[in-house]
Amino acid sequence: MANDAPGRPNSLFRNLNAKIASIPMIFTALVVFVGGTVWTVVYSFTNSRLLPRLQFVGLDQYERLWSTPRWLASIENLMIYGVLSLIFSLTIGFVLAALLDQKIRFESVFRTIILYPFALSFIVTGLVWQWLLNPDFGVQHLVRSAGWESFTFNPLYDQSIVIYGILIAALWQGTGLVMCLMLAGLRGIDEDIWKAARVDGIPMWKTYLFIVIPMMRPVFVTTLVIIASGIVRVYDLVVAQTSGGPGHASEVPAKYVYDYMFSAQNLGQGFAASTMMLVTVMIVVVPWAYLEFGGRNKRG
Amino acid sequence: MTSILIKDVSLSFGSVDVLKSLNLDIADGEFLVLLGPSGCGKSTLLNCIAGLLDVSAGQIFIKGKNVTWAEPKDRGIGMVFQSYALYPQMTVRGNLSFGLKNARMAKDEIERRVARAAEILQIEPLLDRKPAQLSGGQRQRVAIGRALVRDVDVFLFDEPLSNLDAKLRSELRVEIKRLHQRLGNTMVYVTHDQIEALTLADRIAIMKGGVIEQLDTPHEIYNRPVNRYVAGFIGSPGMNFLEGVIDGAGEPMFVADGASIPLSRYAFAAAAPRGVPATFGIRPEHVSANSGMDWPFSMKSRVDVVEPMGSDTLVWTKLGKQDVAVRMPSERAPRLGDEVTIGFDPMRASVFDSGSGQRL
Amino acid sequence: MADVRTAVAGQADPVVVGAREPYGPRPRPVLSRRNIIVYGTLTIVALYYLMPLYVMIVTSLKGMPEIRFGNVFAPPVEITFEPWVKAWATACTGLNCDGLSRGFWNSVRITIPSVIISILIASVNGYALANWRFKGANIFFTILIVGAFIPYQVMIYPIVIILREMGVYGTLTGLVIVHTIFGMPINTLLFRNYFASVPEELFKAARVDGAGFWAIYFRIMLPMSLPIFVVSMIIQVTGIWNDFLFGVVYTRPETYPMTVQLNNIVNSVQGVKEYNVNMAATLLTGLVPLVIYFISGKLFVRGIAAGAVKG
Repeated sequence: MANDAPGRPNSLFRNLNAKIASIPMIFTALVVFVGGTVWTVVYSFTNSRLLPRLQFVGLDQYERLWSTPRWLASIENLMIYGVLSLIFSLTIGFVLAALLDQKIRFESVFRTIILYPFALSFIVTGLVWQWLLNPDFGVQHLVRSAGWESFTFNPLYDQSIVIYGILIAALWQGTGLVMCLMLAGLRGIDEDIWKAARVDGIPMWKTYLFIVIPMMRPVFVTTLVIIASGIVRVYDLVVAQTSGGPGHASEVPAKYVYDYMFSAQNLGQGFAASTMMLVTVMIVVVPWAYLEFGGRNKRG
Repeated sequence: MTSILIKDVSLSFGSVDVLKSLNLDIADGEFLVLLGPSGCGKSTLLNCIAGLLDVSAGQIFIKGKNVTWAEPKDRGIGMVFQSYALYPQMTVRGNLSFGLKNARMAKDEIERRVARAAEILQIEPLLDRKPAQLSGGQRQRVAIGRALVRDVDVFLFDEPLSNLDAKLRSELRVEIKRLHQRLGNTMVYVTHDQIEALTLADRIAIMKGGVIEQLDTPHEIYNRPVNRYVAGFIGSPGMNFLEGVIDGAGEPMFVADGASIPLSRYAFAAAAPRGVPATFGIRPEHVSANSGMDWPFSMKSRVDVVEPMGSDTLVWTKLGKQDVAVRMPSERAPRLGDEVTIGFDPMRASVFDSGSGQRL
Repeated sequence: MADVRTAVAGQADPVVVGAREPYGPRPRPVLSRRNIIVYGTLTIVALYYLMPLYVMIVTSLKGMPEIRFGNVFAPPVEITFEPWVKAWATACTGLNCDGLSRGFWNSVRITIPSVIISILIASVNGYALANWRFKGANIFFTILIVGAFIPYQVMIYPIVIILREMGVYGTLTGLVIVHTIFGMPINTLLFRNYFASVPEELFKAARVDGAGFWAIYFRIMLPMSLPIFVVSMIIQVTGIWNDFLFGVVYTRPETYPMTVQLNNIVNSVQGVKEYNVNMAATLLTGLVPLVIYFISGKLFVRGIAAGAVKG
């Protein structure tokens, strides 16, 4: 009783304004992000078709999913596209950043040019490259009319290589971002490290390979997570550039989800497929978040 | 014999002149300290000697060889940086040997050199650790080791102790001095810390605005600063400066605020001028209070502020309207408001031209 | 140049300096191997990156006959603005033939309220998180950040249900809500980090002076956070303008944003393909983010670096 200081407000009302101000955030976090995700996962075990219904069918939707050729093609495409775009965007992005880091003139001009596609939407990107790769007017036509009659580069109408056509567009759009992140990482390296390596007589390429790149590991990991979570989501680009065709040759999981939810009116399939996407992202993000944030807490 | 010779070296970035036609002659085995405030060009000069920066004009010789255009690794130098600049992914051994391996040195020779450096710096137990597992002092030892294994004639230090706390700094300072005595190499050492400069240097070059203001032994710089800037920069607590005029018909007198200080014992650089405005500088430790001795100049004054500093106490009093600090043993310190007799010998003072700031 | 200097120095002190002694800066030929590699590679890469923009522009200025017989890289022989007019005013999507202008105005009506509301909410959130730290706040924030990585596809349908319950499914209001929700993680993070870097003494001094939650926000935090508002605005305007998925899911054909309408125009299967009109339409859609990008310069880079989590 003696401890009951007068005027001490109930703990619920402490920081009341801050709590009121945070209602949108709390709503988004709990209702949309947690609630929505749980809802979708739960309904992926039902046989919902046109409307969501709570009629559980166990793993049926997943069994169907993994026996649908279109889904399997989507996964295969995503793997090829994902691995190649990781490799190429990290390599090209790093090399460009290293070139820009050579204390060159016109650095900001080069950076502006390489980054501008990132400001454009995937729809615009997809449509431009659809036009550039058009077999009758674009690159193929140009090379053929220059004299190389048998030249064939027709990714958008060739089932076996269509995913590379999409990759080209995606790299054009996204490498600038990787370059900027890498450049920020390079600028974060202590100037004295470079000086020490020069005094030691270590050639520049060796300094990059054995000293600087190992030091940039956190930057690489963060960039990798960003690219990877973008890869899983790839949707607009495919819709604009190929609409998933020819046939189902350039289908991707995100498009599968959309088509089953809103066109094929098979919600259960859509939910199961989106849950698989969620699982994929979590496999990438959870270890990263653990290393990035969990590890820091331990050290701190 | 000359170890490093710097001839008319200038450096400008765009329209900013960082170094202005510098000349410097560093003897073999000498410990030279470049001292000055940040932005005075001392680190820039060191980087030019190392070859990490191109000079805009002039030449640099090391051991009689013109190295103006040479790569850092071909100059026969080792360098230690403020931020240690250790390669974080390599062990201490890896850090020490990476440059040697790169120069395709024989394996047993590398091992011999690493072992010797480790023995000198007493870092043998740390050889298989990574830099992140070391304390600041240990890291800086490894950084020195990396310069040591190169087996060079010239060591360059770029504020090597600035990142350490006060206690470690004084420990490593002694160790660097010991290292110099043992190896006898030429060392060029950049710092903004005057204690480091005074304790380590054979000679100090005090820099300001890209020029060397004074190049001399610590003793000379402390006792006979060539201008007011150097006088104010060196010494802590700082020198007392009194503004006044040199006057007197017979022997020269410094007249300020009604007090006349006889300058007959002061060694003027040239004939004593008359009627010129001058600045009279005297260090707090060269002023005494209530000593009971017969000083060439003494006067009575009242104590303004008392600042105990441990073994010594700084007593502030006034000469006319101008502040004078007296450094004295704490046990004899007067109290606030006491009247004291202050006195000093003008022989220990420095007198500067008020206009040019040059020593008279 | 170097020779002249050497000669002068040689005269000054002939004993030490020989005639060919190195003097001054290291000689660096303009066409050194390093420069050729660095500038050569960067120039080729820059040209490659500019090429699609160039092709878009020249294609949009050509007439159809010229496109059929020329190549995509050739500059237009006869410049015509007809495709631009057609793309803006009369291009057809389905039964509507009033061009991209409808989508443009829809996008404007979507973007402006979404940007304003999402930034206001995110800045208040960030402020509450950085300076008031009530119990449990960090849990919600962590969920928010992890949520930023969840594929949108997982949350699309539950949001359809929420919007339907609220009676705003298919309207611009509904889409504004969706953009506010999905813009929240990155912008809250941005503001939280910014406000956390403001010296805490300032906040404490204001509290000692008796200012409360809103007074500190409006009088102290807002006025000093203009740059971060600009960064956040850049992220939001380009992000919302470029959105396709939410537009196509949560709006109806009359309220389609520009990107959706553009895709429908270009990828419609009916009629003869008019590539020049398509490219003009594509450029028109890309114009708003491009203008923002070129004006904002370094701030854009800062935005993507700070908001790297967005993915």
